[in-house]
Amino acid sequence: MSRPQSQAEYLARLVPPSVAGVNRRSLLAGAAGTGALLGTGLLAGCGDDSGSGGSSKDVSLGSNQSDPKPKDVLVKVTDGFKTSSGVQVAVNTVDHNTFQENINNYLQGKPDDVFTWFAGYRMRFFAQKGLASDISDVWGKLSGYSDAFKKASTGDDGKQYFVPASYYPWAVFYRKSVWQQYGYQVPTTLDQLTALSAQMKKDGLTPIAFADKDGWPAMGTFDILNLRINGYQFHIDLMAGKETWTSDKVKKVFDTWAGLLPLHQPDSLGRTWQEAAQSLQQKKSGMYLLGLFVGQQFSNEEQSDLDFFTFPEIDPAIGAKALDAPIDGYMMARKPKSEDNARKLLEYFGGKDAANITVKNDPATLVANGSADVSGYTALQKKAAELVGSATEIAQFLDRDTRPDFASTVIIPALQQFIKDPKDIGGLTSSIENQKKSIFTD
Amino acid sequence: MSDLPLIQADRAVPPPAATTSTGGRRRRLRLLSRTDRVVITLMVLVPLLLVTGFVWLPAAATVLLSGTNWDGIGPLNEIEFVGARNYSDVVNIYPPFVPAVQHNLLWLAALFVVATPFGMFLAVLLDKELRGSRFYQTALYLPVVLSLALIGFVWQLLYSRDQGLINAVFGSSIDWYGDSSVNIWAVMVASGWRHVGYIMLLYLAGLKGVDPSLREAAAVDGASESRAFFRVVFPVMRPINIIVLVVTVIESLRAFDLVWVVNKGRNGLELISALVTQNVVGEASRIGFGSALATIMLVVSLVFITIYLATVMRENRE
Repeated sequence: MSRPQSQAEYLARLVPPSVAGVNRRSLLAGAAGTGALLGTGLLAGCGDDSGSGGSSKDVSLGSNQSDPKPKDVLVKVTDGFKTSSGVQVAVNTVDHNTFQENINNYLQGKPDDVFTWFAGYRMRFFAQKGLASDISDVWGKLSGYSDAFKKASTGDDGKQYFVPASYYPWAVFYRKSVWQQYGYQVPTTLDQLTALSAQMKKDGLTPIAFADKDGWPAMGTFDILNLRINGYQFHIDLMAGKETWTSDKVKKVFDTWAGLLPLHQPDSLGRTWQEAAQSLQQKKSGMYLLGLFVGQQFSNEEQSDLDFFTFPEIDPAIGAKALDAPIDGYMMARKPKSEDNARKLLEYFGGKDAANITVKNDPATLVANGSADVSGYTALQKKAAELVGSATEIAQFLDRDTRPDFASTVIIPALQQFIKDPKDIGGLTSSIENQKKSIFTD
Repeated sequence: MSDLPLIQADRAVPPPAATTSTGGRRRRLRLLSRTDRVVITLMVLVPLLLVTGFVWLPAAATVLLSGTNWDGIGPLNEIEFVGARNYSDVVNIYPPFVPAVQHNLLWLAALFVVATPFGMFLAVLLDKELRGSRFYQTALYLPVVLSLALIGFVWQLLYSRDQGLINAVFGSSIDWYGDSSVNIWAVMVASGWRHVGYIMLLYLAGLKGVDPSLREAAAVDGASESRAFFRVVFPVMRPINIIVLVVTVIESLRAFDLVWVVNKGRNGLELISALVTQNVVGEASRIGFGSALATIMLVVSLVFITIYLATVMRENRE
């Protein structure tokens, strides 16, 4: 359930891989693509053979960075690694979604030495199952990471299994020009947010853009409300199956959300996040709670008109310092073929040089390493980095903070049901709780 | 055994005057040459192995796995059996299950009552050799060439609430794919669009095979067009009718691609096949639970398969 990084990717993923070939611009390109696929298959086969021969100058990297831009950046970073260490990196790029869907088989089969993954529950789960290797020694050599990042890279046994590379925060985005035109002020409490929304309605705007056709965007709303109402620790425990969904605390989250729903764009279950973002871009909506990637729906000239604020405080005792900021990074497989090189590669990925290359080449991402040279950041990037830097706790987004089966087969239908019928909160929470008990058995 | 030359083996040898029961068996064996026997054994064994390996074993494994809580990770010997818990969970606490069954039935009914008869009707019209009938034929058959996934995508351009053609033309703001009370119908229109063309082509091929003298005879006897069709042509087309019926049932049971493309089979578009995929495939890997759903689907399919086989076999006997 990754975020589509661009409209093109979103459209492409509507078409299953089995028919994607038909969708190629021309048959020729398709044929060339097939040829290339066959070619890479053959090459990969050769690589395996020579790898077992024991080459110490190779390391393989399984990558889900299938979009042109991040793919290109990764190539630049691995080139940098080759220059500094002399080790050649064989990158196996797999479509982002396919990579995520096949991760179980991938890790239990013959995974690459190093692979891309996310921080969160799933990372800790793989570590616990022995599908990833302990890389605490690599962390001993890394510098420039805040404690929050180190905590996010640590497994249940207290060892590190993950090297963070980049991240993005979730916040409420708006257009500066619209807010100046009507003289809106950034709300810092829930009451101010409600009052502001009422004013926006009077001004003919949809207060909060909203879309949940794909099931995951509403998780962002649930996360932030739960973080604001019940705090980080409760949220994480709830995600880990330790708290009950029928508790009054969870009901209060849904109650608050039900109160806010009339301020959201209606008919959200048929809308994609791109369409909702465009309503913000077209100045039809006043604000939109989404990840930093919302900027993809804005043209280059409009980027400087985009601004955000963190979701306002609901309970003064909890504050407004926690937020969702999913972290992407790298892990090492359980039995890497060339372990020394894999550790070296991970150290390089976590180092300053790799971060600098990323900053220079990809304006859409924030690098995790704090010692990187971030003078190339845009104003929005700088502000986003400050926001995350000042956060007391960082959650990883619902589908990364809990079991994937629970997130996709229980939470998505439940949240969609809630959006459809916000009244029956009791029935909804007890249905979630029953299913949770059957899924979180161990 | 091969005491006789091969060349004699193919010939039916007249029975010896005094033959024992063992002699009779030997004679029957010799009716087939060794080559024949090898070929027959291979022809039986290879498909048998394929069917067992690719159909029966996976089906049996699914039924077996439906009694476990396997999550796709770890060795097979760590699988825990949980009895019928998955089934009771499916029925009792899994909210999408009941809508999924209803939608599958609705799908079957819509194809059976609307799309299939309409396709047959179009075939009858096209059989009249109208002007431009080739053109209509191609136009109606075109959607069949597209995969259902692609069809969902094409219709998305019409159905999108904010940017779709339908709402733009009629100035409405119906959320075709998102509103759970209309989206199943919207999707069935898209699915029917394709199904009609498929049935039309099948039926047209059948109609071309009907002996024209039958119709002439009916016309000479003074039967009207519709009477001639229902009383003469339709009964003659019985084999095609059965194929059309089977195709309709199969299409409605395997309905999946379209809803998957639209919203992964959620929010009003639940189908059993989509639920199976949601649970088994991908990161979720709720393999035990998904297998229970798949087993339920297998049982439902078996009902239809049994009815079909019973009908066909009874016919063969007659």
